Amino acid sequence: MNQSRSFDLSKKPRLGESIIQALLFLAGILSIFTTVAIVYELGKEAWLFFGDPEVTFAKFFGGTKWQPGIGQFGIWPLVTSTLTTSFIAMLISLPLGLASALFLSEYATLKTRSILKPILEVLAGIPTVVYGYFALLFITPILQNIFGDGVQVYNMASAGIVMGIMILPLISSMSEDALSAVPRSLREAAYAMGATKFETSIQVVLPAALSGIGAALIIGISRAIGETMIVAVAAGAGPNFTINPFEAAETMTGHIARISGGDLSYNTIDYTSLFAIALMLFLVTLVLNLISQWVVNRFRERYE
Amino acid sequence: MSPNHDHFPEGAAFRSTLKNRYGIASLWQALFFSALIIAILSLTALLYNVLDGTFGYIAFEYKKDPTTFTSTPLADLEKDELLVILKENLSSGAYKKLDNEQAMQSRSQADLYTLFLERLVQIDTKQTWSMTESILRGNEIRAEAAGKYPDAKLEFRSWLTPQFLVTPMSSKAEFAGVRTAILGSLWLVGIALLFALPIGTGAAIYLQEYAPKNWFTRIIQTNINNLAGVPSIVYGMLGLAIFVRVLEPITSGSLFGVTDSNGRTILSAGLTMGVLVLPLIIINAQEAIKAVPDSLRQAAYGVGATKWQTVWHHVLPNSIAGILTGSILALSRALGETAPLIVVGASTFISVDPSGPFSKFTALPIQIYQWTTRAQSEFHAIAAGAIIVLLVMLLTLNATAIMLRNRFQRRY
Repeated sequence: MNQSRSFDLSKKPRLGESIIQALLFLAGILSIFTTVAIVYELGKEAWLFFGDPEVTFAKFFGGTKWQPGIGQFGIWPLVTSTLTTSFIAMLISLPLGLASALFLSEYATLKTRSILKPILEVLAGIPTVVYGYFALLFITPILQNIFGDGVQVYNMASAGIVMGIMILPLISSMSEDALSAVPRSLREAAYAMGATKFETSIQVVLPAALSGIGAALIIGISRAIGETMIVAVAAGAGPNFTINPFEAAETMTGHIARISGGDLSYNTIDYTSLFAIALMLFLVTLVLNLISQWVVNRFRERYE
Repeated sequence: MSPNHDHFPEGAAFRSTLKNRYGIASLWQALFFSALIIAILSLTALLYNVLDGTFGYIAFEYKKDPTTFTSTPLADLEKDELLVILKENLSSGAYKKLDNEQAMQSRSQADLYTLFLERLVQIDTKQTWSMTESILRGNEIRAEAAGKYPDAKLEFRSWLTPQFLVTPMSSKAEFAGVRTAILGSLWLVGIALLFALPIGTGAAIYLQEYAPKNWFTRIIQTNINNLAGVPSIVYGMLGLAIFVRVLEPITSGSLFGVTDSNGRTILSAGLTMGVLVLPLIIINAQEAIKAVPDSLRQAAYGVGATKWQTVWHHVLPNSIAGILTGSILALSRALGETAPLIVVGASTFISVDPSGPFSKFTALPIQIYQWTTRAQSEFHAIAAGAIIVLLVMLLTLNATAIMLRNRFQRRY
């Protein structure tokens, strides 16, 4: 049975395969192109904005009024309202999200979990504009009933609270993932020492999952800063330099939505200023997302 | 933190500490659980709030007395009589326009009656009440309405009717519908899908099957994860700069002979949505492809298949259900997105159906936003109706995804 024919075992060039591979590669790097396009387009217009002789560094970071149309370029009113609404949102979503994650991961039986988990998923799937309706027409009247006339129709508190409810499922599911990743042996060891379930959860499991929970917190903040529709509907239309949650004040995202909603003409200071704000939003959320990924990778407790 | 004492209590002291510790433990368990209760209550309150706004009493007046048009009681108006009334009282231009939209003769009695109310009698809504109020204090409301608006009629009305689904936009809340918005939303989601599904699947195949494990691939992967976290309004700005402005000759259709539009078209918005859901589709598709066991690939290579033959004949067919499920979930995100559409330039008032990729557009979430921010309560009522329509559409999409997953999911 001697084989006399010799085989050429080197890789054959196949044109079709190469073309397909090139196309797939293009699809893969399109995402890089998207990022580049975001940075380039936002950067270009923002450059025009900051290049305007009227816009000075001192005005931008020193002013407390934002009305580019009449030469007022203080960014602070938009920043304070963004921070206020985000802070309120985190005040709601962090404790609630963490508590529900602890319950789902440490206490709930499989059956309870299978009922409770979908409810959180439904909350996560509701469009943000619907949350905006809820904030304006449900939460705001309740706030007005409790706190009286000091609460304006549009106010940061109701937007922040509803934003917190919106972010709750995100915090909860990310924290739960972190808690479930803690190996069972740690819990068993704690129980063997006579710890109660609560002591085990708080003193053993929670510290071990802290990096994942930190990451969830950071992602939550990033979501709150970038959220648009809830604040556009409920937080107010018009920059206002205040941190009083019961006053109306426009956030960075809300401002972009309101100004761009009209027929904006290109190459005006209004147009370029929106891109400057959007660039700030993009950079802040990008940095937060990167930190969150870094925290997860760097501080992950490794068992095995 | 009681357990970390230097000494360990014994006897009665131990039992009391133990009881204490268990007490604290069950208290906290209740607290943890109450977080979920709050979540459930919020969801319930939200749904109740929407339903509450959709139904309820409405007090309205006729701007013109119907008896100036006809002596027949309104309930007994026949089609023929309505035709005559409309023809006599509408200006001939307005009548012709309506006739061109749909021949008057072929319209139903209900349609004509709506036209009669909308165009001739005209309705002036005085006040609306929510469902809860209407049910709990029906008598008070009837008394209040009779006192405040002696000429007004009081009616229990559902703002969400079959008519609401098929009527185009109107500046009067009582006669507005979501037909244009639903069609706009479907167009947007369709364009986003056509754009993002092939590219997203391609990118996922590249990353899972072809990409070498090096720094460049890691950058692509990190970048995709980051894009998934970029605020949607930033995508709107990107769409405004690229699709609306730079690519205007294409997206406005002027390259293809369409003359009456600028770059703020369905195509621009759909592509923006496509770019927005692309990272989600890639990540989901990667998961689906990852789930295909290596043994299948090796078996294919073993019988001499090329890389693409392996992917096309084995990897893709075994992961397509997962890819589609992920894509549907990504699309449901696109269906509810509002902010990028505002930035890209959705029309706030438009009453003609979108006729193609180069038409102006509106979408369901845009209408909800518009109506919610109006001051009059009748607009809040139709916003609530539109929210129910949107939620039902989302529910349908998600149910389809879950059915797909259960039907085609394979376990290896």
